[in-house]
Amino acid sequence: MSNIKKAFDHGKAFIPFFTCGYPDIETSMELVRTAAENGADLIELGIPFSDPTAEGPVIQISSLKALENGVKTDKVFEMVRELRRDIKIPMVFMTYANVVFSYGSERFISACSEMGIDGLILPDIPYEERDEFLELCHKYDVDLISFVAPTSENRIAMIAKSAEGFIYIVSSLGVTGERKEITTNIADIVSVIRENTEVPCAVGFGISSPEQAREMAELSDGAIVGSALIRIVEEGGDGVVEKVGKLVRAMKEAL
Amino acid sequence: MSEKRGRFGIHGGQYIPETLMNAVNELKAAYNRYKDDPEFNAELKDLLNNYANRPSMLYYAEKMTKDLGGAKIYLKREDLNHTGAHKINNVLGQALLAKKMGKTRLIAETGAGQHGVATATAAALFGMECVVFMGEEDTKRQALNVYRMKLLGSDVVPVKSGTATLKDAVNEAMREWTKRIKDTHYCLGSCMGPHPFPTIVRDFQSVISKEIKEQCLEKEGKLPDVVMACVGGGSNAIGAFYNFINDPSVQLIGCEAAGRGIDTFETAATIATGKLGIFHGMKSYFCQDEFGQIAPVYSISAGLDYPGVGPEHANLHDIGRAQYVAITDDEAVNAFEYLSKTEGVIPAIESAHAVAYAMKLAPTMPKDKIIVVNLSGRGDKDVAAIARYRGEDIYE
Repeated sequence: MSNIKKAFDHGKAFIPFFTCGYPDIETSMELVRTAAENGADLIELGIPFSDPTAEGPVIQISSLKALENGVKTDKVFEMVRELRRDIKIPMVFMTYANVVFSYGSERFISACSEMGIDGLILPDIPYEERDEFLELCHKYDVDLISFVAPTSENRIAMIAKSAEGFIYIVSSLGVTGERKEITTNIADIVSVIRENTEVPCAVGFGISSPEQAREMAELSDGAIVGSALIRIVEEGGDGVVEKVGKLVRAMKEAL
Repeated sequence: MSEKRGRFGIHGGQYIPETLMNAVNELKAAYNRYKDDPEFNAELKDLLNNYANRPSMLYYAEKMTKDLGGAKIYLKREDLNHTGAHKINNVLGQALLAKKMGKTRLIAETGAGQHGVATATAAALFGMECVVFMGEEDTKRQALNVYRMKLLGSDVVPVKSGTATLKDAVNEAMREWTKRIKDTHYCLGSCMGPHPFPTIVRDFQSVISKEIKEQCLEKEGKLPDVVMACVGGGSNAIGAFYNFINDPSVQLIGCEAAGRGIDTFETAATIATGKLGIFHGMKSYFCQDEFGQIAPVYSISAGLDYPGVGPEHANLHDIGRAQYVAITDDEAVNAFEYLSKTEGVIPAIESAHAVAYAMKLAPTMPKDKIIVVNLSGRGDKDVAAIARYRGEDIYE
C-alpha cells in the first residue's frame, strides 16, 4: 500500500491537477507548493504530451505550452525531485502511455518510486491493457490508478476489484474541462464501487466551483480539479499563484 | 496470425480511455454478429456493386510496361470507385454496421478528404447525420473536398490543435466520440486505432485483394509476383495485401511517404524512421522524439501525412512478410505526371507513391513477372496542389 491512502485520512480529499512546466517550470513548482500549503491532500502532476486525447482545450493548451518550454520527461523528473524536498503529501503522475513506454516502462516506473511519486494515472490504459504496466508498478510500489466512467456500467465491479491507490471516477462523458452541471448518477457508480473494494474513489472532469466539488465529494471520497485551476494560470495577470492558492483553499474548505 | 484481443504480433491492442471501452466492445460484438451474416453481406455486396461500382478493374498498363521495359504492370483501379478512392469500401461496411447497431450519426477524421467524402456520401445515402474532423492545414490543401462534404450534407470541423493535420483530426474525432457515444459511430478511415477497428477496416478493404486474385488468375492464369500500395495508416495496402498473405510467392510492398527525405525531419515514413510506441489506441510504430512526443510529420500527400502505421502492417514488417519502402515528394510528383501522360490516368498523389516504386522496380524484373499497383484513388483533388508544386499559379 502506497502513501495515497494517507490523502484520504483527513476527511474528503481535495486533489488538484497541474501541468508540469506550465506556464513555466518555476511557476508550476510554486503552484504545487501553494496547493500543498492551502490544503491539497494529493497532487496530480501532468507530464505534458503532444496529443492529449482525453483533455479539453484548457489542459491541451497548457501541455502544448509546457512542451514549447522544453518540459519533457527528464525536466519533469528534475522538478519533482526538487519539490519532494519539502512537499510531503502524496503526488501522482498523470500522463499518456507513450510517455512511459518510450522512456522504458521499467526505467520510468522505477524512477517514480525513487523520486517519491506514489501513483500513475494513464488515461489511455484501460483495464484490458494494464497488465504490462501493473507488474512493474507492483515491483516498484507505485499505484496504477484505475478509471471508472459514466459508460463503465457492467465493468465497474471488475475495475473496482483490482483497483489500488484510489479510483478516478470520470464525472461526465467527454474530455476534461469545466462544466456547469454534472448529470451522471455518481451515487450509483460509487455504490457499486463500495460493494467491491475499500479503495477510496474521487470524482474528476468538469468540476469548476467549490459547490460542485462539495457535491461530488459528498457522493465519494474526494474531488479532482484541473482545468478550473489551470484557467487561472492561463488568464495570467498579477498574483496567479495566490489566486490558485485561494481557490484550492476554497475548494478544500467546501468539502 | 494471432488476433486475440486485437493483437498482430506485439502490435495492436486497445489503448483508449475507459469511457470508450464499452463503445468498442459494443462494436466488436456487433461486428462478430454481422460479419458472417448472409443478409448483411448480401446488403453490403449490393451496395458495393450497384452503388460503389465494384468490382474495380484490373487494368493492364501496357504503355507503361513497354516504356519501363520490365515486369508487366497492372493497375487495380480503386480510383474508379464511387467517390474516387478505396475509402468507400470500408465506409459502406461501417455505415451499414452502424445502422444495424441503431446509430444515427457518423463521425470521421479525414486527411486528404477522401475518407471524409466517402463517409459524408454514406451518411447521405443512409440518411444519417455526419460530422467530419479535418486538420485546418488540410482544409486549405484540399478545399474542394471540404465543399464536397458540405454539399453532401455533412458538417466539417477544421481542427486547429497540434499540427492541424490528420493526427489532430483523429484526436478530435476521438474526443468527440467520448462526448457522444450513444447515437454515434466513429467511422475510422484506416486500419488503425483500437481493436476492433484495424480488423474491421482490413476486412472491409480485403475485397481489393480478393478481386485482384480472381482477376489476375483470369487474365494471366497465375498470381501476381508483386503487389504494391501506398501506406499512410495503411488501409488500401492491407486491403490489397490481405488475401495474398498466405501466398509466399507474392511479394508485398508498402510505399511510405518520405516527404523531403527520410534523413530530414520533413518525412512521414513511419516504418523507416519511427519506433515502437502507444498512440491512437494501438501499439505500433510511430514517428516520435526520445521522450515519446509524437513528431510533426510531413508529406506532400495529406492522406499519407500521419505519424503512425496500422498494427497489422507493423507486424507484417516485423515478420518480414511485407517490405516497406520510402518514396519522396519529388518521386511521387514525377510518378503523378508520368502516369497521367503515359496512361491517361491521373492518380491520387497518395497512390502516386506506389506508382513511383513500380517505376523503379519494374525495369529490374523480367518481362514474365507481374506487378499489381493498387491505384487507391484518383488525382483530381491534387491537380491544384501539384500545379502549385510546379510553380503554376492557378485558381481552384
